[in-house]
Amino acid sequence: MTQVVAPAAERVQRPPLRKVRYNRREALAGYLFISPWIVGFLVFTAGAMIASLVISFSSYNLATNTARPAGVDNYTGLLEDPRVATALGNTLFYALLAVPLEIAFALFLASLLANVGRGAGVFRTLFYLPRMTPVVATAAVFFLLLNGNTGAVNDFLAVFGIEGPQWLVDPAWIKPSIVLMQLWAVSGTMVIFLAALKNVPRELYEVASLDGAGRFRQFWSITLPMISGAMFFNVIVLTIAAFQVFDQAYLLFWRDQTNASPEASLFYAVYLFQKAFRQFDFGFAAAMAWLLFVIILLVTLVQTTFGNRFVYYEGDRS
Amino acid sequence: MTTVGAPRPAATAQAAPVALAGATVARPAAPEPPRGPRRPAVRVLLWVLLIAFAAMFLYPFVWLLSASLKGRGQVFDNALWPDSPRWDNYVTVWSELPLVHWMVNSVAIALLAAVLVAVSSSLVAFGFAYFRFPLRGLLFGLVLATMMLPGAVTMIPVYLVWKELGALGTWIPLFGANLFGSAFYIFLQRQFFLGLPRELFEAARIDGASYWSMFWRIAMPLSVPSFVIVLLFEFQASWNNLQAALIYLNAGSPEDFTAPLGIAYAMTKYSPTAGGQGDYQYVMVASLLVTLPMLALFAFGQRYFIEGVATTGRKG
Repeated sequence: MTQVVAPAAERVQRPPLRKVRYNRREALAGYLFISPWIVGFLVFTAGAMIASLVISFSSYNLATNTARPAGVDNYTGLLEDPRVATALGNTLFYALLAVPLEIAFALFLASLLANVGRGAGVFRTLFYLPRMTPVVATAAVFFLLLNGNTGAVNDFLAVFGIEGPQWLVDPAWIKPSIVLMQLWAVSGTMVIFLAALKNVPRELYEVASLDGAGRFRQFWSITLPMISGAMFFNVIVLTIAAFQVFDQAYLLFWRDQTNASPEASLFYAVYLFQKAFRQFDFGFAAAMAWLLFVIILLVTLVQTTFGNRFVYYEGDRS
Repeated sequence: MTTVGAPRPAATAQAAPVALAGATVARPAAPEPPRGPRRPAVRVLLWVLLIAFAAMFLYPFVWLLSASLKGRGQVFDNALWPDSPRWDNYVTVWSELPLVHWMVNSVAIALLAAVLVAVSSSLVAFGFAYFRFPLRGLLFGLVLATMMLPGAVTMIPVYLVWKELGALGTWIPLFGANLFGSAFYIFLQRQFFLGLPRELFEAARIDGASYWSMFWRIAMPLSVPSFVIVLLFEFQASWNNLQAALIYLNAGSPEDFTAPLGIAYAMTKYSPTAGGQGDYQYVMVASLLVTLPMLALFAFGQRYFIEGVATTGRKG
């Protein structure tokens, strides 16, 4: 990404707090160019957010075509519906399991690639292929690979004498199953780590090596700090994605009425979708959406506050 | 001549999460000293691990191909190669599922979605990159802020908008909003436009070029690399989009489905739980055919995909 810095001379000449005079033609043209976004923002973002808030305070059911003000009923309803708590618990558990594993696995793969000089490009491409597979196809394939009796995953485990679980049937193993599918397609995260690793100056390792630092010490004291920006970014993006996991859970458990583990596979986004577009209880679903928004906002805020103490930005040395 | 509201890349870079990842590759790549551990034992271990992981990542593809050729009953056992390859599975799927419809629908929708969002986002990005106008900084901050918003919050009102416009059951909701640009792509294209020398545009201006031709004849041709990234990312995103298809197309006839919705439909239709043993090999055939266009796209644009992810953080 190229960054343009205003020429220093211009900056010096600018008098402080002068009233700006815009070229009227230029300003008008600017507004015309960004007008698609303005219209989209007003209708599909700002307008939609306000409407969503209003709907969340009303009893709006499209199936029966009724709407009336409902005060905070939907929000108290969130507390009274045990399935909301179940869905939230499942989603939190999944996020806590998925994010660290995805980060560790992606970083491990990226380190392998970063250490291999020639041939790395080929492996990078091979590792990236799962990312190109449509999620529906991934779910369809893993439906069989994770079969508890004849699936390839358990066959593989059996080689090491491990008896694999009934992945998609046993309630305890449903969330790990989805994590496994995510790990297979972890290469987006890996590529970002790889780019960061390639930017760590080699001299640092040489100096550390001369000072007698071992591989582990080098990783801990040089690599991790130097890639902390990418780490921070990946953690935040993966967390936000984990909170919204939908496709695999829907395809494997919720597309028809044969779900064997309705409690263990109920993720927040799935329940929200069911409330909104299967039961058309828009008021309740809108309240669910706002709760999700607040949770994601809080988690991101905590991560940012916590993360900023550890993230090393190269531009920040002054 | 005024510099107020001039781009302050440092500040916006901090505000935008994508730039965090971007920042890690901002430095021009120095000529790389030879990498790799010197001890042969470590190097062998490295290669063994790489090959093992490559096999692990490729296994599901091989398995998908093999399972698509199996017969009823065998599809659930884990033989890597079918007893006798049943090529007629493909014929059966061809006649039983409107697969051609799904593919054509998905290609049309994904193309429309990609082209619309790429052009509109470029327009908006050029507006933010080149012109000086009141509130520009604030408005661009809003663009970045919308990237954080989970889709669930706006999902219901957006549905009601399309309902009011009579677009339920049509493809329009699957790409219509792309007409208005998308925050991430606006950000991406703006970064690219900011990298172009301003003198280029000043000179064109002096020669009497209109603002439109500055955009269309100078900025756009130069932004082809990032434009292609936007096209590819959005094509893939659209090709993958199950949820929107579930919301807007689910009630219609299967011929109108997109590829992801079609696979979900096939999974239900041939599900072993629904009718005894099931014919899951047909689902594998359909999954394979739905994956192929993406692999072809990757073969054509893998550099764009991988470098695009590395520099922008969008994980495709």
